[in-house]
Amino acid sequence: MSWHRKHLLDIESLTAEELTTVLDTAREFKAVGERDIKKVPALQGKTVVNFFVEPSTRTRVSFELSAKRLSADIINFAADASSFQKGESLKDTARNLEALNADIIVIRHKAAGAPHFLARFLNAHVVNAGDGAHEHPTQALLDVFTIREKKGTITGLNVTILGDILYSRVARSNIWALRKLGANVTLCGPSTLVPRVFEEMGCRVTYNLDEALADADVINLLRIQHERQRKTMFPSIGEYARLFGLNRNRLTLTKPEAMIMHPGPMNRGVEIESEIADGDRAVILEQVTNGIAVRMAVLYLVNGVD
Amino acid sequence: MPDERIILEAADLRRAWRRVAHEIAEAHTEGSSLMLVGIQRGGVALVQQLSETLADLYGHPIATGSVEPGLHRDDLSQRGMSELRPTELPGELAGQTVVLADDVLSTGRTVRASIDALLGFGRPKCIRLAVLIDRGHRELPIRPDFVGKNLPTHPDERVEVRCDNRDAPEAFILQTL
Repeated sequence: MSWHRKHLLDIESLTAEELTTVLDTAREFKAVGERDIKKVPALQGKTVVNFFVEPSTRTRVSFELSAKRLSADIINFAADASSFQKGESLKDTARNLEALNADIIVIRHKAAGAPHFLARFLNAHVVNAGDGAHEHPTQALLDVFTIREKKGTITGLNVTILGDILYSRVARSNIWALRKLGANVTLCGPSTLVPRVFEEMGCRVTYNLDEALADADVINLLRIQHERQRKTMFPSIGEYARLFGLNRNRLTLTKPEAMIMHPGPMNRGVEIESEIADGDRAVILEQVTNGIAVRMAVLYLVNGVD
Repeated sequence: MPDERIILEAADLRRAWRRVAHEIAEAHTEGSSLMLVGIQRGGVALVQQLSETLADLYGHPIATGSVEPGLHRDDLSQRGMSELRPTELPGELAGQTVVLADDVLSTGRTVRASIDALLGFGRPKCIRLAVLIDRGHRELPIRPDFVGKNLPTHPDERVEVRCDNRDAPEAFILQTL
């Protein structure tokens, strides 16, 4: 087993062995979630703080349930109801959370690097739950976990990530994880949202959707991040749906075993047609279930390292 | 360099463990409600050996499984997190006599954690403990029901288990540090 990190800040700095350790550990935690008694005492007496300085429901709830299934105490600290409104700095707020004897701080922040910043001065463990457009490590871990579970391996698979890559922390973390584990990654979307510079991360970049879909074993659809775009990067939602949305006709271009993923929240009728989202090729709800197992593994692993 | 001494070899171990199987069969004449559960990971291969002998004695196969004590350990904050292996039980625990098996019994803490892990799955009729080696130094009130070999050791000595390619113990080595 290979894990010596006190924090989980990003995927970029992890080795393939460390990624595999998280995935193997998560597999055992998934089994815990399938039992009648879904709780183990591994983090009994520990305090986890969900420190969310950017709105989120699904990631917060997933971390909350993960901590509870490990018997930790968890409190939610949402920025909209907090001292940020009153002018307190991020550093002071984090220090206050630590003064509550928090053992693990799960942070979601709109600024890239916020978790790294906290990790420099806090004694508590820091887990990145999404920092700006930088990384969303646990989303990537649950995505590769789902792929490995369904396909048996990551190495050699063709994974196409479709949509808003530029503003997507999910895409960045996924690219790092998939490349480290040996997958071939193709990025596709409007050229304004999929810059060629991503080729430097070892990806293939194409603006031809048919080409991106043809050899894909896995298709990961990303939402358009309206909230992160300074100005509209494409003419209209309708045009995006027509050019890059996954619909029934396009699905026929894919391999019959190609699997459809989406990190949620999805916009039905934009990046994905309703019938596909509910179809048997989609694993979107399994991703949600696996998210708990992966986050349990992350909390468990970081807690074990001083 | 620690001083190493082989204290038990494969043939001794097989004989002792086969005797344990006979003792289990003698104590539990009803084989149908018996479940053998190996503690990860040293006990898992031993359970396979037990089930082979017991299937001969009872004339029918015996249910086997495994249990991972890692999430229930009481020293998680001191020793860090360990690798987790599967807990796989062949069926409902209610009404079953579970025989937990492990290679080396010492402090009893792993057994305590394994019992807690098992109880998360249901309420067996009773739990028994079978170990290949009891080396003493108990820290909890736990007593094995079936013992292959009693092996009094000094607390500074380590017992190293050498396994074959099926993960079954083939030799116990005493290391004096």
